[in-house]
Amino acid sequence: MSRDTPFGRFVDDFAESKVAVAAFVLLALILILAVAAPLYAPQNPYDISSLVLSDARRPPGYVGRGGYTHFLGTDAQGRDMLSAILYGLRISIQMGLMAGALAFVIGASLGATAAFAGGRTEAVIMRIVDLQLSFPAILLALVLSAMLGQGKTQLIVALVAAQYAYFARTAHGAASAERSKDYVEAATSAPLSGTRVIFRHILPNSLPPLIVVATVQVANSIALEATLSFLGLGLPPTEPSLGALISNGFQYMMSGRYWISIYPGIALIVLIMAINLVGDQIRDQLNPRLKR
Amino acid sequence: MLAFLIQRVSQAVIVALAMSLLVFLGVYAIGNPIDALISPDATQQIRAETIARYGLDQPLWRQYLNFLGNILHGDFGKSFVFNIPVLELILSRLPATLELTLMAVIGATLIGVPLGMYAGYRPNSPIAKLIMALSIFGFSVPTFWIGLVLILVFAVHFGVLPAGGRGDTVRVLGVEWSFLTLDGLKHLFLPALNLSLFKMSLMIRLARAGTREIMLTDTVKFARAAGLSDRTILIRHVLRLISIPIVTVFGLEFASTLAFAVVTETIFSWPGVGKLIIDSITALDRPVMVAYLVLVAILFMLINLLVDLAYALLDPRLRARGAA
Repeated sequence: MSRDTPFGRFVDDFAESKVAVAAFVLLALILILAVAAPLYAPQNPYDISSLVLSDARRPPGYVGRGGYTHFLGTDAQGRDMLSAILYGLRISIQMGLMAGALAFVIGASLGATAAFAGGRTEAVIMRIVDLQLSFPAILLALVLSAMLGQGKTQLIVALVAAQYAYFARTAHGAASAERSKDYVEAATSAPLSGTRVIFRHILPNSLPPLIVVATVQVANSIALEATLSFLGLGLPPTEPSLGALISNGFQYMMSGRYWISIYPGIALIVLIMAINLVGDQIRDQLNPRLKR
Repeated sequence: MLAFLIQRVSQAVIVALAMSLLVFLGVYAIGNPIDALISPDATQQIRAETIARYGLDQPLWRQYLNFLGNILHGDFGKSFVFNIPVLELILSRLPATLELTLMAVIGATLIGVPLGMYAGYRPNSPIAKLIMALSIFGFSVPTFWIGLVLILVFAVHFGVLPAGGRGDTVRVLGVEWSFLTLDGLKHLFLPALNLSLFKMSLMIRLARAGTREIMLTDTVKFARAAGLSDRTILIRHVLRLISIPIVTVFGLEFASTLAFAVVTETIFSWPGVGKLIIDSITALDRPVMVAYLVLVAILFMLINLLVDLAYALLDPRLRARGAA
C-alpha cells in the first residue's frame, strides 16, 4: 500500500508485525465462519425438532442419527457441538460488537462534551465516570443483568453500562488536549455551534486512543458476556452463546465429558486472543511515546 | 496534607451515600422477594404478617431511611434465606474470600513484575516474546474457563488436587483459615492460581510498558554513563520509577479481584462472599445483596482513598495540588 496517505502508512506499519497480521487474518476468518454459519453448519442448534436425545453427550467423532459425524461430540440435549459453537460465536460476536459500539458512541460523546464544556458539566460527568471506573465492571454488569433479567437487549444494556466509562475517560483525556489547540479556537470563533465543534472537529482528532480502547473493550464485552452467561445471568439457554455452552457442559466435566465445555472455551479464547493481538499492535503503533 | 485528607474523606462519604441509594433502588427492582419467602398456599393472614415483619409494606423512601438508620447501627437486616443477621453471615464468609484474594494478588505481583521488567528490558529476546505471549493468553482467557481447565486437568484427570471446598482449617484469632494447613493449601492452590492469572498478565504488561519507557530516558543513560550495571539500574532505579503505577494497580486490582472472586468461588465451590452473592441473587435474598454491594462500595472507597494517600506520599507534587 502507498505510504502517501496516513492510512497507507498505518497499513504498512501494521504489516510489519507478522503476529498481528496472522491474528487479523484469523479474526477475519472467524468473522466469516460465524456470519455464514447457517449456510454450512451441519445442524441448526436452535431448532429443537432436529435434536435427537439418544445422541446426547456423545464423544467427538460419533456418527449420529442425522447421518453426519459429530466432530466435536454432542451436548446434553444432543446438539452437535460444532454447530452450537458456530452459532454461539455469532451471538458472542454480535453482543460484543453491539455493546462495544454503543459504549463507544455514548462514552466518547460524554467525554468529549465534558472536555469541551468544562466547568461544572465537566466536573459532574467526570466524577461519575471516575467513580464507575473504580468499581469493577463485572459487579455492575452482574447486578444489572440480575435486575433486568435475561435477554439480548437487557444484556447489552448491562454491558454498555459497565463499559462506557472507559471510552468517556479516554475521550475526555484526548479531547482536553485537542481543546486548547488553535483549530478548535478558530472553529469556535467562526462561530460554529458547540455540538458541531465537538462532533466534527474534536472527536475525529481524538480517534486514535479511542480506537485502541474500542478493540480492548469489544474483547472485554465478549468475555464479560461469556462470564455472565456462565453464571446463568446472561442470555436465555434457548439461544446459547459460548458462555452458556460452557456453563451447560460444566456439570458433565466431573465425569470426564470434557468436550461440552472445552471446545466452546477454545473458540472463545481464540476469538478474544485474535482481537487482543490486533489491538496490541494498533496500540503500539498509535503510542507516540514509543517512537524515538 | 491534612486539607488533602479532609477533602478526600468527605468526598468518599458523599459517594458512599449516593452508592447506598443506587444500590438500594437497584436491588429493590429485582423481583419480588415475597414470592420466594412465602409458599403460595399460605393464608392471606400469614402473608400479610410476613410482609409486615420484613417491613415490605412500607413506602420505598421509608424503607430506605430505615435501612440507612439501621446501617449506622451496624445492622444490615436479616437474610431471608438463612434467617441470621446479614452482617454476621457476610463476616463469616469474608475470611475465605480475603485469604483467596490476597494469595492471588500477591502471587501475581511477585511473579508478574519481574517477568514484565525482563520483557521490557530485552523486548526482542525470545524469552520476552514468550512472556508476552503468556500475558496475552492470560489476558484473553476468561477466568471461568481457565478454572474449568484447571479442575479438568488437576482434579479429574490426574486427581492430585481437590476440585472444590476449603479443606481443613485452623482457628486463629477466632477465624478459620485454610492456608495454615497442608490440606487447606491444597484446596487453596487451584482457585488462587485461577484468580491470579489475569492479574499476573496485567502486572507483566504494566511492568513491561513502564520499563520500556524508562529504559529510553536520560535517567538510565546517565546511570549507564556512570558505570552502573544493568542489574543495578533495573533494581535500584527502574523498579522504583515503575512502582507508582504498580502500587495503584495493586490497590485497585485487589478490589477488583475481590469482585472477580465471584466467578472463581462459584467454580471451585469456595465458601466465600462471592459465592454467597451469586446464591443470593438466585434466591432473591435482598438484604444480603444490598449489604454485600454497600460493603463492596465502601471497601472500594477505602481502597481508592488509601491509593490516593500512598500516591501523595510517593509524589510530593500531588500533595501540593490536593491541598490547593
